[in-house]
Amino acid sequence: MTDQEYAKRNQLASAPTKSWKNIPLAFLSGGAICTAGELIRQAALAAGLEEKTAALAVSLSLIAAASLLTGLGLYDKIAKHAGAGTLVPITGFSNAMTSPAMEFKSEGIILGLGAKMFVIAGPVIVYGIAASVVYGLILWLARL
Amino acid sequence: MEYLKAFVVGGLFCALGQVLIDYTKLTPARILVSYVVAGVALGALGIYQPLVEFAGAGASVPLAGFGNLLAGGVKEAVAREGFLGIFTGGLTACAGGVAAALCCALVMALVFRPREK
Repeated sequence: MTDQEYAKRNQLASAPTKSWKNIPLAFLSGGAICTAGELIRQAALAAGLEEKTAALAVSLSLIAAASLLTGLGLYDKIAKHAGAGTLVPITGFSNAMTSPAMEFKSEGIILGLGAKMFVIAGPVIVYGIAASVVYGLILWLARL
Repeated sequence: MEYLKAFVVGGLFCALGQVLIDYTKLTPARILVSYVVAGVALGALGIYQPLVEFAGAGASVPLAGFGNLLAGGVKEAVAREGFLGIFTGGLTACAGGVAAALCCALVMALVFRPREK
């Protein structure tokens, strides 16, 4: 997804008159994705995986599914109605990587595909890891 | 019951995201970053993990769960490796998800052409 598309989607979604519809739709679609995740988790636990491995299995399945749906052009169609319901789950993160990777392939596979893949995911990783390092530093200092 | 809890908690995370889109100027990228950082903070405070135990995928699938994963990873790594764990914990914990998202994006981009919207 490009910046312009994001701005467009944001603008579409931010018409306040539509909130009565947007918020329940986000709740239902996001809830559905998490329920699908829970289905996979229960299946993984039933198959004898540990709690942590089961959580990883959930993430990997949802990431792969969202990436495939993005490739097929279906994820964005669902996202138009689901709004934050398809943005906030891990599937949104996967979509945010696959979508610009496809979009910018035309600018080359190194600086197009390879670099633009991180337009949205990059900041998420940067600030997530930075926050975790701050927490780690606090933990470490507390042990001294 | 497990499914209902996952549905409701996951749905609430997404409804909150929609409220942020509708009533603030936050872009989706900022919302994703906020969720992850909030997840790290809530994980660090020990609030998020009980929620994961309560709601399962309902709490681990939204991006705040990704933040919680980072916080948990750092906590374990610092306990195990000391100072170096500060730097290895986060990325180690999220390695699977990030590598999968990256490889899927690469393969999809090579296989499919973007469509006209």
